[in-house]
Amino acid sequence: MRAFTYSRADTVEDAVRALAGNPDARFVAGGTNLLDLMKADAMRPAHLVDISRLPLDRIEETEDGGLRLGALARNADTAWDERVRSRYPMLSKAILAGASAQLRNMATNGGNLLQRTRCYYFYDSGTPCNKREPGSGCGALTGVNRIHAILGASEHCIAVHPSDLCVALAALEATVRVTGPRGERTIPFAEFHRLPGDTPHIDTTLGADEIVTAIDLPARGFAEHSTYLKVRDRASYAFALVSVAAALEIEGGTIRAARLALGGVAHKPWRDTEAEAMLVGKPAEAASFAAAAQAVLRGAKGHAHNAFKIPLAERAIVRALSEAAGVQTP
Amino acid sequence: MIAKPSIPDVLREPGAQIGKPVSRVDGRLKVTGGAKYAAEFSAPGLAHGYIVSSTIARGRITRIDTSAALALPGVLHVFTHENRPSLAWFDRKWKDDDAPKGSPFRPLYDAEIIHSLQPVALVVAESFELARYAARLVQVEYEAAPHRTDLHAHRDDTFTPGKDKGGFQPPPKPRGDADRALAEAEVSVDLEFTQATEHHNPMEMHASTVIHHEDGTLAVYDKTQGAQNSHSWICNVFNLSKSDVRVLSPFVGGAFGSGLRPQHQLFMAVLAATQLKRSVRVELSRPQMFSFGHRPETIQRVALGARKDGTLTALIHEAVQESSQNENYVEIVVNWSGQQYKCDNVRLDYKLCRLDVHTPLDQRAPGAATGVPALEIAMDELAHKLGMDPVELRLKNYTDTDPNTGKPFSSKELRACFQQGAERFGWAKRNPKPRSMREGRQLIGWGMASGVWDAMQGQAVAKATLGVDGRLTVGSATADIGTGTYTVMTQIAADVLGLSVKDVTFHLGDSSLPMAPIEGGSWTVSSVGSAVKAACDRVRDRLVTAASKMKGGPLAGIGNQEVVFADGHLVAKADPSRRVSITDVMRASELLTIEEEARSVPYLLARSRHALGTHSAIFAEVRVDEGLGTVQVTRVVSAIAAGRIINPKTARSQIMGAVVWGIGMALEEETFTDHTLGRYMNHDIAEYHIPVNADVHDIDVIFVEEHDEVVNPLGAKGVGEIGIVGVPAAIANAIFHATGVRVCDLPITVDKILEGLRRNRGD
Ligand SMILES: Cc1cc2nc3c(=O)[nH]c(=O)nc-3n(C[C@H](O)[C@H](O)[C@H](O)COP(=O)(O)OP(=O)(O)OC[C@H]3O[C@@H](n4cnc5c(N)ncnc54)[C@H](O)[C@@H]3O)c2cc1C
Repeated sequence: MRAFTYSRADTVEDAVRALAGNPDARFVAGGTNLLDLMKADAMRPAHLVDISRLPLDRIEETEDGGLRLGALARNADTAWDERVRSRYPMLSKAILAGASAQLRNMATNGGNLLQRTRCYYFYDSGTPCNKREPGSGCGALTGVNRIHAILGASEHCIAVHPSDLCVALAALEATVRVTGPRGERTIPFAEFHRLPGDTPHIDTTLGADEIVTAIDLPARGFAEHSTYLKVRDRASYAFALVSVAAALEIEGGTIRAARLALGGVAHKPWRDTEAEAMLVGKPAEAASFAAAAQAVLRGAKGHAHNAFKIPLAERAIVRALSEAAGVQTP
Repeated sequence: MIAKPSIPDVLREPGAQIGKPVSRVDGRLKVTGGAKYAAEFSAPGLAHGYIVSSTIARGRITRIDTSAALALPGVLHVFTHENRPSLAWFDRKWKDDDAPKGSPFRPLYDAEIIHSLQPVALVVAESFELARYAARLVQVEYEAAPHRTDLHAHRDDTFTPGKDKGGFQPPPKPRGDADRALAEAEVSVDLEFTQATEHHNPMEMHASTVIHHEDGTLAVYDKTQGAQNSHSWICNVFNLSKSDVRVLSPFVGGAFGSGLRPQHQLFMAVLAATQLKRSVRVELSRPQMFSFGHRPETIQRVALGARKDGTLTALIHEAVQESSQNENYVEIVVNWSGQQYKCDNVRLDYKLCRLDVHTPLDQRAPGAATGVPALEIAMDELAHKLGMDPVELRLKNYTDTDPNTGKPFSSKELRACFQQGAERFGWAKRNPKPRSMREGRQLIGWGMASGVWDAMQGQAVAKATLGVDGRLTVGSATADIGTGTYTVMTQIAADVLGLSVKDVTFHLGDSSLPMAPIEGGSWTVSSVGSAVKAACDRVRDRLVTAASKMKGGPLAGIGNQEVVFADGHLVAKADPSRRVSITDVMRASELLTIEEEARSVPYLLARSRHALGTHSAIFAEVRVDEGLGTVQVTRVVSAIAAGRIINPKTARSQIMGAVVWGIGMALEEETFTDHTLGRYMNHDIAEYHIPVNADVHDIDVIFVEEHDEVVNPLGAKGVGEIGIVGVPAAIANAIFHATGVRVCDLPITVDKILEGLRRNRGD
């Protein structure tokens, strides 16, 4: 860990101002990701702006019938919020599938969006990593890559985004509200995280001087037919090998709307709108789900240790869609 | 002179402390934070060290630039191989009680790099945070040399080690002609196994706090399984006078073998303290916990041949294991296979392959935890091929003598383990057909395996001091790594003198106490417990003599064998109304204290005529999600034969913990190596997986009755390690029973199960 200075922001404007013109400054919210990365020397901010006391910790109704999740609402408070549980059960389930109770009590929603990859090479400053040290190479590409990406990766980076919460948000078509020196703007969730390309050190489209203030959930919560399925190496407290957020609207056995997003497979929560479109108008049954699953993975590419994720993801998609639909499949 | 082994009557008294489920005597201290660990001791002006680790696996340091670190106010010094003081030169000075053959690793000795994460510098500063920061500023340049870390790539480049490490014998000579018998066998199996590298990962990270006194003497708080081992090592390495150094280790937050050898943080802390003449603490980070010993990666072959009735006719067990370039770490792996079953044609073979890694290090049941599961998975496969019940196959080939040596077991209640374990588990209801139990998408399977571990004993000395107030203090330089040593030693001592455990205080973890061996191999109760008993027996004898000399006293003239001790009193066996309190005896004899020291020596002759071991039978139930390949271990019954159980509560905890680890070994634990970099990659416990609560369901522990008069005067064999041996096999066998998929590569992760299911479906 390197020496850094610290200040506390009392208002959103303060926070934005504190970051302006200071590329080495970072926000700290729950600190559960940033501090670990600083200890590992993977992130080296010279200044920390503590935003944990900003009044952004509420969960409120929006005018269009959705919910606004404050950026500083804790993951645990969000997951157990009665409105979230009843209207967006998939989201609640996704949050509770992540980390541990202690971490969820500390972690904020904004921090969860901006948490960084768990790639071993990113964490180990004794190894090459383009995300940590642009231009140093990707150790994982030829190294240990069991937990790495099968979709959307590049020759520069095969890391995955580790969040569970974000996978559900992608499926729900949430909107991220941000504030910067030029005022407020919103970012559709699908555009918030990015693929690595040749700039894997950039995780998101959030400006370096912007703060996330809230996440808006649209009214449509797919409460009746949705689920979050996480496959991992132990029953709890492990990141996803593959996870699936699946949501359906079904009328008389026919799928009217579908949402499908994957975690643990790409540099961002992997939503596939084409596969979703394939499901619409189809009967809610195994064959439809299998076809969609194959479509999602059509461009998937495995590496030395993670090729198993491709069939696993297919199976997980079919399982999650079946569970969401309430039908029995293998 | 060898004493005749027997279990004294006093140990069979109904009011005895031995056999009682006494709660940990140190439990309160532990849960209230009163128990202090090595990194929690402090001193005025304590300085903090942080280690810089190598990024290459092999080569040389060409340049170290410490100027940026030293420029920071508060940084005291940066130690490197370039500025280290003179240190011991001969290898033997660097050896410790657990060192295998070879040349021990010497921290900061020269520019040579022999493994990744090797410590290359120590930054010492006024605070931990500053030291850690400054460590980042140390610039190290290397000249890398080609390295090799891939056991599979080099599995043919091996050599056969000799008797290169204490406690391990090379495999016995072949019996009969196993290869021919295998070729001619009516039924046979021939399987290859791999076991991943595992790191110990105790909760408490290795740390040493060296308190530097004004007169130059040192009090060293170290995380170790042998305070005297650490003590003699630093005295030898730094050429310090033994009387100037005291090593203390009152509490250890888990070790599992990682504290059997002095680790480099001890070296670093002593180096800095002696050079800077200040108190210094050095604690390893979690990633640095992957910078020293580990359970070595292993490749094995087990081939079995049998007649149709299940009689074993051939047994071949070969193992190739990694060791470092500088030492021959051996754990032999294969010998238990020659011991567990009757078989006329046996060939056991053990080889080492040198890799550019740190020397491996004993980890809970070293060798057996790796080798026995391979044997027991092969036995399961054989049972399946024979259409025979796995328990029945084991009973068919049961032996009461050790076929490796032809010696009878001093005791072996493995039959009772099979019988009681099977009954508790409900094994009789098992349908032998794989994939015969299903609940929705969950395939359910029942598997079993047996386990074996050695019942060793070393020499130890204990000192007992009885005060006129009737309070007893006993000490020996052993360790309590969470196993319950404090508690069981207290019980053994209290038992001899008929005291309540509250009246007994046991001291350990201090190099100035009477000699005890390193705490490993499940021999502490046997070794130290016997010494404690011997010392207390002497106190007892002196009390009886004193009581019999009390003129007109209630026990005047009484003989040694005519007295029992109970409730702080000496009582005439023949007439319990004749009694006198310990305190009265001491007062009457004008004794303020009675102090006795005793050395316990194994029953060498009796032991040499027997094979000695602990045994187990493990039964496991798993649920496998057929679609996703995930596994839950829903039930485990572990039946253990380990002689007399001194404390069923702490013993049960040992077995439960070992079963949990066995679940980890079977399903989760694996250190991944990047062979391009020659480096362990998942070096934290977010990515190095061990079981969490959600992975652990029902665990049922049975201790079967076992009497043993050879093992030691206590009849107790130790339970620290037997609990893990065999567990991975029981789980692997249950997975086979559930799914029809035989996985021989531990850990059995989702990918391996899915691949097996795919192969079995034929797509
Ligand atoms: C052992 C372990 C296991 C875990 N397992 C899981 C898991 O299974 N699934 C899962 O989803 N997560 C998991 N997590 C990650 C956890 O969810 C994140 O650490 C947490 O959500 C981060 O939130 P925080 O508030 O602590 O963020 P911080 O650590 O405070 O910040 C993280 C990053 O976000 C930035 N940031 C924070 N708030 C804002 C804001 N409002 N606007 C702009 N930038 C901001 C910070 O500058 C920083 O770069 C795990 C973490 C650990 C340590």
